[in-house]
Amino acid sequence: MSRLFLTILLLTLFAGFARAGEKLRFNRDIRPILSDACFHCHGPDEKERKGDLRLDLAEKAFLPGKSGIVPIFPGKPDESEMLVRIFLESDDSDMMPPPESGKSLTPAQRDTLERWIEEGAEYEGHWAFEKPERPALPAGKETLHPVDAFIAARLEKEGLAMQLETDRETLLRRVSLDLTGLPPTLAELDAFTGDKAPDAYEKTVDRLLASPHFGERMAMDWLDFARYADSNGFQSDGSRQMWPWRDWLIEAYNRNLPFDQFTIEQLAGDLLPNPTKDQIIATGFNRNHRLNGEGGRIEAEWFVETVIDRVETTGMTWMALTLTCARCHDHKYDPISQKEFYGLFSYFNSIEETGVLGREGSNTPPLLRLPDAAQTAELARLDGEAAKAEGAVKAASGEMPAALTKWETDLREKLTGPGGTATASNWVAVAGESAKSLGGASLTRQADGSWLAGGKNPANDTYEITVPATGGAIGGILLEVFPDPSLPAQSLGRGSNGNFVMTGVELVLRLADGKEQSVPLTKAEADYEQAGYGVAPILENAKNPGAKAAKGWAIDGNGADKKLARRAMFLAASPVAVSAGTAVTVRLRHQSNFADHNAGRFRLSTTAFEPALVKLDGGSGLPGNLVAILTGDPAARTEADRKVLEAWFLANADHPVKQSAAALAAAKQQRADYEQSLPSVMVMKERTEAREAFVLNRGEYDRPADKVARHLPAALPPLPAGAPQNRLGLAQWLVSGDHPLTARVWINREWERLFGIGIVKTSEDFGSQAEWPMFPELLDWLAVEFVSPTVLPAVNGKAGQAWDMKAMIKLLVTSAAYRQSSAVTPELVERDPENRLLARGPRFRLRGELVRDQALAVAGLMTPKVGGASVRPYMPEGVWDETSVYGDLRNYKADAGEGLYRRTFYTIWKRTGAPPTMLLFDAPNRETCTPKRSRTNTPLQALALMNEVTFVEASRALAQRMMREGGATPEERLTTGYRLATSRTPDAETILLLRDGFESRHAEFSSNPESAKALLSHGASVVDATLDPAELAAYTVSANVLLNLDRVVTRD
Amino acid sequence: MNHFRDLLSARPDGGSLQDLLNRRLFLGRGASALGSAALAGLLGPNSSVDASTSAGPGLPGFPNHPAKAKRVIYLFQSGAPSQMDLFDPKPQMEAQRGKDLPESIRQGQRLTTMTSGQKNFPIAPSLFKFAQHGESGAWMSDLLPHLSGVADDLCFIRSMHTEAINHDPAITFCQTGNQLAGRPSIGAWLSYGLGTDNADLPAYVVLTSFGTGRRDDQPLYDRLWSSGFLPTQHQGVKFRNVGDPVLYLSDPAGMSRGMRRGMLDELAALNRRDLEVFGDPEIDARISQYEMAFRMQSSVPELTDLSGESEATLAMYGPNVKTPGTYAANCLLARRLAERDVRCIQLFHMGWDHHGGLPNAIKGQCSDTDQPTAALITDLKQRGLLDDTLIVWGGEFGRTIYSQGALTETNYGRDHHPRCFTVFLAGAGIKPGMTLGETDDYCYNIVSDPVHVHDLNATIMHLLGVDHKKLTYRFQGRDFRLTDIHGELVKKILT
Repeated sequence: MSRLFLTILLLTLFAGFARAGEKLRFNRDIRPILSDACFHCHGPDEKERKGDLRLDLAEKAFLPGKSGIVPIFPGKPDESEMLVRIFLESDDSDMMPPPESGKSLTPAQRDTLERWIEEGAEYEGHWAFEKPERPALPAGKETLHPVDAFIAARLEKEGLAMQLETDRETLLRRVSLDLTGLPPTLAELDAFTGDKAPDAYEKTVDRLLASPHFGERMAMDWLDFARYADSNGFQSDGSRQMWPWRDWLIEAYNRNLPFDQFTIEQLAGDLLPNPTKDQIIATGFNRNHRLNGEGGRIEAEWFVETVIDRVETTGMTWMALTLTCARCHDHKYDPISQKEFYGLFSYFNSIEETGVLGREGSNTPPLLRLPDAAQTAELARLDGEAAKAEGAVKAASGEMPAALTKWETDLREKLTGPGGTATASNWVAVAGESAKSLGGASLTRQADGSWLAGGKNPANDTYEITVPATGGAIGGILLEVFPDPSLPAQSLGRGSNGNFVMTGVELVLRLADGKEQSVPLTKAEADYEQAGYGVAPILENAKNPGAKAAKGWAIDGNGADKKLARRAMFLAASPVAVSAGTAVTVRLRHQSNFADHNAGRFRLSTTAFEPALVKLDGGSGLPGNLVAILTGDPAARTEADRKVLEAWFLANADHPVKQSAAALAAAKQQRADYEQSLPSVMVMKERTEAREAFVLNRGEYDRPADKVARHLPAALPPLPAGAPQNRLGLAQWLVSGDHPLTARVWINREWERLFGIGIVKTSEDFGSQAEWPMFPELLDWLAVEFVSPTVLPAVNGKAGQAWDMKAMIKLLVTSAAYRQSSAVTPELVERDPENRLLARGPRFRLRGELVRDQALAVAGLMTPKVGGASVRPYMPEGVWDETSVYGDLRNYKADAGEGLYRRTFYTIWKRTGAPPTMLLFDAPNRETCTPKRSRTNTPLQALALMNEVTFVEASRALAQRMMREGGATPEERLTTGYRLATSRTPDAETILLLRDGFESRHAEFSSNPESAKALLSHGASVVDATLDPAELAAYTVSANVLLNLDRVVTRD
Repeated sequence: MNHFRDLLSARPDGGSLQDLLNRRLFLGRGASALGSAALAGLLGPNSSVDASTSAGPGLPGFPNHPAKAKRVIYLFQSGAPSQMDLFDPKPQMEAQRGKDLPESIRQGQRLTTMTSGQKNFPIAPSLFKFAQHGESGAWMSDLLPHLSGVADDLCFIRSMHTEAINHDPAITFCQTGNQLAGRPSIGAWLSYGLGTDNADLPAYVVLTSFGTGRRDDQPLYDRLWSSGFLPTQHQGVKFRNVGDPVLYLSDPAGMSRGMRRGMLDELAALNRRDLEVFGDPEIDARISQYEMAFRMQSSVPELTDLSGESEATLAMYGPNVKTPGTYAANCLLARRLAERDVRCIQLFHMGWDHHGGLPNAIKGQCSDTDQPTAALITDLKQRGLLDDTLIVWGGEFGRTIYSQGALTETNYGRDHHPRCFTVFLAGAGIKPGMTLGETDDYCYNIVSDPVHVHDLNATIMHLLGVDHKKLTYRFQGRDFRLTDIHGELVKKILT
């Protein structure tokens, strides 16, 4: 009630309603009332509709209802049931809207509805869904700037007029901040105030539009829409790298990419024919959403949330529609059905993705890799290596006959031995070895050559066996473990239950000079493995020798029927030569969490054979017929024998083809690994086959209902002719020129940016709950002009074109409405407190980023570099760690050097812990698309501007400039400081105030040099040691006063 | 700071409101922030000259009814405490130890992917002994000896349930009524609706602490105390555990208080000159915000200075009370904030997410929280503050009766369980010494008196004098509220 009351009051303040005598208009006067009070039950949502009554369409509202009476009888209020019902007493059960709905109508609203029916109850389609037509300029105003023509005509009706153009200094500061986000320099101020040429302002606008900082200023707003951040969001909120997309964005604005192309590339650049790298990067727009990586996440659930986020963000950004309302049910106010919502969903659900976070601290596919020059060269080198390896594969086939011959000869020698008889086993028990326990157990040699452990049983023991040098080759080791009566449970291990867990087996060559050379073991096999405790992890554990290991080899030693000798073998990729003087050391490690689980009695053997010929049981694994062929007379071989031999060789031996193939695979793997390590950006990449999409009951991922095909809401225009039925078509549809929303929404947001409030105040909602535009004809005129330019000015000599953002901005900022003074009279505040009518220039607080940027700029601290990865300026101690010790964004450390002084929107953005000062200045946390910021004025902002190190340091740097560049006297220096901070020349009284303050502080610091020193110590930039500290400290506080001035944090 | 309310009491005659506005705005220019605050109210919540003070009155018409509670202290136990190890005894489960959770109980309900792959779901009865306490005979386990001592002040709801199954969405849901980011938190709603009774402190203060039960566990997010789409000044002010309690509170080294005062006077004089030129009420507001900032520079250190607390009081909160950033220290701070009429005081204690090693971890959590929570209740009571302070203690969901991972004689873990959990309330408007709701033998499903998170939030707002259906905000064409389109008062627990 009370808000309604206030709204009415406000509206009557400046005639949002029809003026007396003017006919009511449905969209302006009636729809807002019906939409708010009636459409919930009598609007587009079929499921909620009560009494089969629909009031949003004339053809339904004029039909007789159940009672036989028509709800709305044009011209006859008394015969219109709706009207009768809204005038009923509140205790009447037929009263509308019913009290339990929480909705009510004011007497004024009832009268308005009555008058509208009296006047004929003319309906209009919702204005924002009707294609804008170019209205004629208001009569008598045709010679004015088009923007001014519409505003002046309206002001005239109100008996008001615009203010005169503001002073040159204010105008330059206003337009510089609006177009680049940076205040003018003193040189720019002097040049502009001194330039009496008629086109001085236009030249300035052109200069600003050509500045690389223009792209930065524009990108700043877009990042809120795009929910841009440097982290993935949700629980751990680890890092991601999307700044290449941000660079694309800045550059797109700077090269004035027309808004239609700007749209198409961001939504569907990947689907353009032969897309460029840039066009693919552009699609990062719809990969900027959060990705859930929480342990218990359910992929199907978050896949749906991911896709819905894209629909919501796209709808909000381009159409200012709250599509998400239709996720669970038909939209309550706008003609978007639930089915249509999932129709839109299906344009965005066919990306090559899971919908959840791939890996913390990195980007989740689909990705585009972005190597720099050196990395590109390295990639080329690795490509070369792979090509070389590929060549080697080809060459290897030529070496095969010789290799076969050699293999045959060697093998026959091994099989027949020096004595000419086949050896009994390929395993040879080691001899002459020594064994010791590093944990202090005793190892005693047994008759069968095994070692029995006894004595102390440390929690984690390691056995080291050293075999004296004999020369030859070694291809692997066999470990046999035996039960023993001396062991617990008479089993094989020393654990209290008779078990052991072996976590490491190492084979090391100890060279004559004492150096150790480890032989990597690549194959392991055992004749028995306890479930979950096989030998394979032993190969894995070798990456961290000696470290605690969760897994290892165990043999169920506690089982009554398991007290049997077990064997395991560990083989190298191929046998290594052991030169004379080289000893072989084997270490058996037990590093599991199971204490005392050390092996009890064991024996080692070695082999010289290649892996293909080594079996656990000691056999060669050669089929009998092969042995016969090999050991028989070569001359007697048949063709069939030869084929058997060759086939076995090809399949099992370590021959050149196999070696080169392995080398090729390794080279390819290396390239793939390297590519994986390169910087990347997340992009859109369509699957070859579209995923199916369904209406989801109540919007829940696990309640799919009817299948839906890609289709567009019926209330909006159809897909343009020839456009594909996919994201690209959707993007083309948005910018076809026939879409009623796209151009209006962009114009309105730009208007909001430049004038403080949009022509449609609800810039975040153009649906039927939207506010009626303040200057509807102007909005439509501008929207049409944006798409089909007639007067768009040239920018820097380049003629205005369709969807030309720079030209449109130039058009807006050259209007008298933009250039007028923002000074205000009490009468005007009373008449139009929000300045909707623009009878004065817009005046509002700077966006948070700009508050800091400006301080850095006027202090001369700013690093003007454009683009690149995010940076880490000062932040409060522990900024990321107070509430989270998850993810890789912890332990914040500020950069040294330029990272402290870059423009604010390059500051690293962690969603769950966004830069605190920016949050104080109304920045959203960027978890989701945020179409509009509030604009508050709080004590916490005051504390930041007074005390945050950034602003204290900027004050000191500004003070240094005042002393070095500002002349000799306090008056001159304070004038310079004031001009730098405000762009204006102070009057005498201002200087008097500033000087008094300075002098009293100068006295205080002179008598207290320690305080001066302390105040100058803030920030990393160097203090000018040539300046008197007391004086500099006093100017620092003066500069702090300047940076805190209302007119400094405000753009007026 | 109540000019605005005076203003509105001048209704229903709209003319006099307008007159008053004009007079105050232009005749009294420079005197206070009144002008823009009044204007902001006039223009509605979407105004660009938005309600300009972070301290100040709430919306006209609020509170909707006489409030039982002037303030709420919400002790959020982040990570989800195990209800069957603390408050909801299930002695029958001892006989079921190690047996699989029957399908008839689980009924195919979804599990997190942390246990959905488990082959079986062995019942893990609690290792902790339960007893009844106080006149009311409230059940608590031996993990909570101090809370057992104030059992008759507490009101347990054993039949809480929620919709989310993972932490981030679940805790966001408790705080904002929605699983996804973007909505205002409960404290922001209260600040928006009711404003503040203390012009020198924020209306919504957040205090955080790490748990010793699981130190690395469950991060918190700024969004949990965010203002969402409400004007930003309603966001919770998180007091920090290192450095200044409030960001940028201290003057930079080298600047004396006297100098700061002089600097502010100079600033105000300069701003006032601009006000004469521009006539923008926002300038007036800014002048007063700097004054409030200056006052906060004294009021916050005074708040955090414990030197005036008696030894007996300090001892009551336990040995950690003097260590900033502990739950105990935050509980004492909560009492001091309550004394100063801060509207919504929210503690977040991390460390309750016990997927494994629960018996040990929960001991750590209870040693953090048991004594200080009981002390806070006792302390408030002794000072007469419990009568108009509402206390809420609880997490974002419950935990499963079955063990996540291996169940042994001495060890088990529990996964997330949204279908039932326990919270307790105390203080203003709450029936003391009662237990509402019942769960089945497996502590899996609710048997009677289910209470949804929306219901709890509706009830908290009700006690603070707010009809949860009336506190709405128009955003993107829709009227939003904390409880979405749900929420029923839990009348049985109200006095």
